[in-house]
Formats: sequence, C-alpha cells, structure tokens
Amino acid sequence: MSLKSNLHNLKEKYKGKKMAPAFNAIHTFLYAPNETTHSGSHVRAVDDLKRTMNTVIMALVPVLIFGIFNAGYQHYAAVDAANGVIRQASLFGNFLTWENFIMGAWTVLPLVIVSYAVGLAVEFLFAVIKGHEVEEGYLVTGMLVPLIVPIDTPLWMLAVAVVFGVVIGKEVFGGTGMNILNPALTIRAFLFFAYPTWMSGDKVWVHQAVDLAGGPDAISGETILGYLAQGKGAEMSYSVSDMFFGFIPGSVGETSTILILLGGLFLIYSKIASWRIMVSAVIGALVMGVIFNGVVDAGWITETSKFYGLMSFAFWQHLIVGGLAFGIVYMATDPVTGAQTNRGKWFYGFFIGFISVLIRVFNPAYPEGVFLAILLMNVFAPTIDHYVIRGNIKRRLKRAKNATILPRDGEGKAQELKAETV
Amino acid sequence: MALLSKKDTSLILDPLADNNPITIQVLGICSALAITAELKASIVMALSVMFVLGMGNVVISLMRNIIPSKIRIIVQLVVVAALVIMVDQVLKAFAYELSKTLSVFVGLIITNCIIMGRFEAFALANGPWRSFLDGIGNSAGYGLILIIIGFFRELLGSGTLLGFKVLGDPIEKTGLYAIGYENNGFMLLSPMALIVVGLIIWVQRSRNKALIEEN
Repeated sequence: MSLKSNLHNLKEKYKGKKMAPAFNAIHTFLYAPNETTHSGSHVRAVDDLKRTMNTVIMALVPVLIFGIFNAGYQHYAAVDAANGVIRQASLFGNFLTWENFIMGAWTVLPLVIVSYAVGLAVEFLFAVIKGHEVEEGYLVTGMLVPLIVPIDTPLWMLAVAVVFGVVIGKEVFGGTGMNILNPALTIRAFLFFAYPTWMSGDKVWVHQAVDLAGGPDAISGETILGYLAQGKGAEMSYSVSDMFFGFIPGSVGETSTILILLGGLFLIYSKIASWRIMVSAVIGALVMGVIFNGVVDAGWITETSKFYGLMSFAFWQHLIVGGLAFGIVYMATDPVTGAQTNRGKWFYGFFIGFISVLIRVFNPAYPEGVFLAILLMNVFAPTIDHYVIRGNIKRRLKRAKNATILPRDGEGKAQELKAETV
Repeated sequence: MALLSKKDTSLILDPLADNNPITIQVLGICSALAITAELKASIVMALSVMFVLGMGNVVISLMRNIIPSKIRIIVQLVVVAALVIMVDQVLKAFAYELSKTLSVFVGLIITNCIIMGRFEAFALANGPWRSFLDGIGNSAGYGLILIIIGFFRELLGSGTLLGFKVLGDPIEKTGLYAIGYENNGFMLLSPMALIVVGLIIWVQRSRNKALIEEN
C-alpha cells in the first residue's frame, strides 16, 4: 500500500476524532485528496490555496539560496576585514563558494526549521482544538519569517515571536484568511519591539559580528541605511551594483534586489500577486524620495542635521537597499491583508512606499520602516476598500439618476420600471 | 449566622470573575494599560481604587436621598476628587518614589469609569453597607486583573517581581540570563498590556462559555 492510501485509511479511521484534522492536513499537504464536492454549486479551479502558497514559496527559493550564500559571504568578509583585508565582491570569485554556502546554511537553515516547526505546531494545535482543517496559510509565512530577520537572531526568540505572531496575528481573528495583519510582519514587529538590541544596530546583520568586533581592526556589519542614518555615507564601501545584486549586510533575504525583482515578475506572471500594489508602492517610495531630495537641494536642512544622510540619499537608491523591495513584492501583496479593490490597491500600495521611506528617514531608533508601513496600511486596507466601494456606488447612482429613460411604446408603469433597471 | 449573607457575598465575589469590571464590563482599561508595567504600581493602584471606591460608595449611598438628581454627577465628582486627593497626599507623604511612578494616574482615578459607574449603578440605589461591599468587590475585581497584568509584565518585561531579580541579573548574566534569556521589551509597552488583557478575556471566556456575547 502506498503512503497515500495509508494516510487515506488513517483519515477514515480517525474521522470525527479529535486528531482528525492533523491527519487530514498531512494528507492534503502531500497529495491531492480524492474527495470531490458532491452537492451544491461550486467552481472548480486549479489554483487552490495550496498551489497559491507553493507558487509564492517557489518565488522565495532563489532569495533564500542567495541569502544563504550572502550570510556566509558577509561572515567571511567580516573575518577578512578584521584582519585588515577589504573584500571586493565578485559573483563567481568569492561569492558562490562552498565555504560561504556551508557557513550560510549552518546559520540560515536553523531559522527556517524553527520557523516552520513552531508555526506549524501552533497551527496543528489550533486545528485540533477548534476542530477545523489545517490551512496552508503558514507555508508562506514560515518561509518569509527567516528571510526578514537578522542572521544571528537567537532561535528561542524566533520561536517566541512565531507563537505570538501566529496566535495574536492570525488565530485570534479566526485563522488563515481572516487576519487583519500580515502574520510574518507581526512576528517581525514583535521581535523588533521585544528585543531591539537583536534587531537593530551594527552587530546583528553579520554572523558572529559581535565576536569579530573584538579584533584589532573593529569591523562594521552596519547596513547601508545604518551608515546613512549616522551620517557616515562617505565611509561606505558598497557600490550601487553591490546594492542591486545584494552583496551587502542586511536581513537574510532582503538584500538581493535583482532576485526579488525576478520573484516579483514571476508572481505577476502567475497572477498570484497584484502588480498594481507593486507598481504603486514603487511610485510611492520614489515620490517620497524625490521630496526628500528636493528638501536637501532647496537647502532647507543643513549638513549637520541628523536626517541629512538619509534625506540626501538618491531617491531611486531607496528601492535597492533595506527591506523595501522585499516588503513590496512579498509582503504588501498579501491578498488577505491588502486592499481588495483595484482602485484601492493603488492607494494602498502608494502609501506603503510613501510611508516606508518616510519612517526610514525619520525613525530615530532604527533606519528602516517597511514593516511598520505595511502593518499600518494593513490596518487601513478595509477603510480604503470601503471608500472605494462607496465612491463606486455614488458614481453609479449618479449615472442612474442622470440617465434619460426613454419611454417605450405605451405609457405603462411596467415599461418605465423595466427601463430604469437597465 | 454567617458574617455576610449569600447576597452580600455575591456582591464581593461576582466582580472577581463573572462580572469583572475590566474583562466583562470593559471599564477602567486606560489605567490597566498605563501603570501595570510594574507589579508594585499595580498593587498600589488597586489599593487606591479600593479605598476611593469603597469610601465613595458609602458616602454617596448615605447622601443618595438628599442629592438632587440634576446635579448628582457634580456631587459624585466632588466626592471622588476629595478621596483621590487624600490618596495622592498619603502617597506623596509615605511613598514618594512610587507616587512619581504613578504620576498623574492617581489623579486620574477621578476619571476611572468604574468609580462613576458603581456610584450611578449601585450606590445611588442601595444602602451604605451593601454599597461598601459592592465597592470593595468591584475594586477587588479591578485590582485582581491589574495585579495579573502587572505580574506578567514585570516578570517578562524586566525579569523582576516587586523589584526583586527573580530571573537573575541581566547585566552580570546570572540565572536565566546565563543561558541567553533576554527581557521582552515589548512587555513594557502599553500595547502589550492591551494584548495581555485580551488574553485574560480569552482564557476567561473559553472557560465560561456563558460569557460569550451573541453577535
């Protein structure tokens, strides 16, 4: 007997029992079940929740692999720097090496495993207690979480944050599809507010940077935004192409803009994610960047201002540093927490980009604001939709009022009514 | 003959659980969020409210037949304000550091919805003894939640209880800190207090399904 029929038999055996959802979940996760709907009207489509989730995960895999290499690369670059050697990144020379991969996998994979194990355990627990099926919602969240945290995040912190994010961010609202806030970002926000020393500063973005910093030449694992926030933009040794390809310190998966871009195109092509949100978010970020550049050009702030470094940062470069690209492509486009109406998506995306750069520049404690901006707009998404729909109703009512209703043959009320309903 | 009749006992015990001012009536949330970062402050706040509400209920109950109903809110405010000022002065005299921690929130007991709520709902219609029990019961229910929140927030946020380092020293890395534990800074922020209140409500209602509102 194959595993599939075994699982099917287990499912039959435990039908109605408390543990049933757990077996069902394993069954549907591994195989397509044989059951079909027998009654009622239903639409059968191939893009079920599982396929949607898997498509997003496929779009995330290149980012994850790059993140693994980059984790190793940054670590060894820091080791070199501690010995006084400045590394110049080259893709095949010193980036795609086994050394980097092993070191990266050693640090990144535990994050992935903890994120999935803890998150799925919570999902299973809730499914068993509440007696509903396990939903696939956590598959993407579990992959996103390790990609948006610093490399050296202690695993128990991650576990605590995942429990918090899944329970408070999702299950209390009714589980997958009912949540107001993006669970992955809830987890990130929890970590940020609970353990700020592990989430910001110049020692957390590179593996073992704290230990290495004791060396003769103090190394810096500062992110680009960190440099700029301290007004040390000139000391930075990263070129624009480094930023675009991602050979820079940062959260595990956020550095490589080009792979995120490819993932985004893949999601747009497969119609999983909304291109409206992505495009409008990019526009929003650019607009805010241009405004800041304009303020600097107009001479309204002096070079001594502590915001000068970030405000004078070329507006388009905001897109290729920090978590903006990752947030726009994988987080803002979450279909559950984002705006649902097409017009609403433009507003929703625009404000995500706009507010991200705004917070990034003015946040005194931490020069990044993408996750805060997305969470904020998650909360506002239903409001945006509400007004978009209201506006639509108003417009159609107006059109109906102004429409000339042509009397048909005969003056009977029936015809008039019929004409009005057109 | 017991000290308290059955009806009187329920005046004290009901607000502790199934008719809790915070988790069921959702009153007095603001102070539950503001001052519960430390257990000590929670306890002092609970005691202050107990004093104000117990005394206030008695005073209002005694005056209930002579207060013109048109100006009763003003009269109630005068009573609360007088009691709150007494509490404030006592705290300033005997626990100055703590009164600085509690800062304006002692003064803001005046605006605590529970107090005006009990005056209006109970003291104006009942005798002084029962009003007193009602005041003690409701403030105990309020204080109980405050102390639960304060306990978790101080324990997880600062690693201390009433100022004692129960989890070890975070700077010298003793106790739990030696194995990498860290304090949860989120616990010290007010949003987390709201989440803790929500969790208490969740636990309470899942234990007693009768409390779940129809919707």
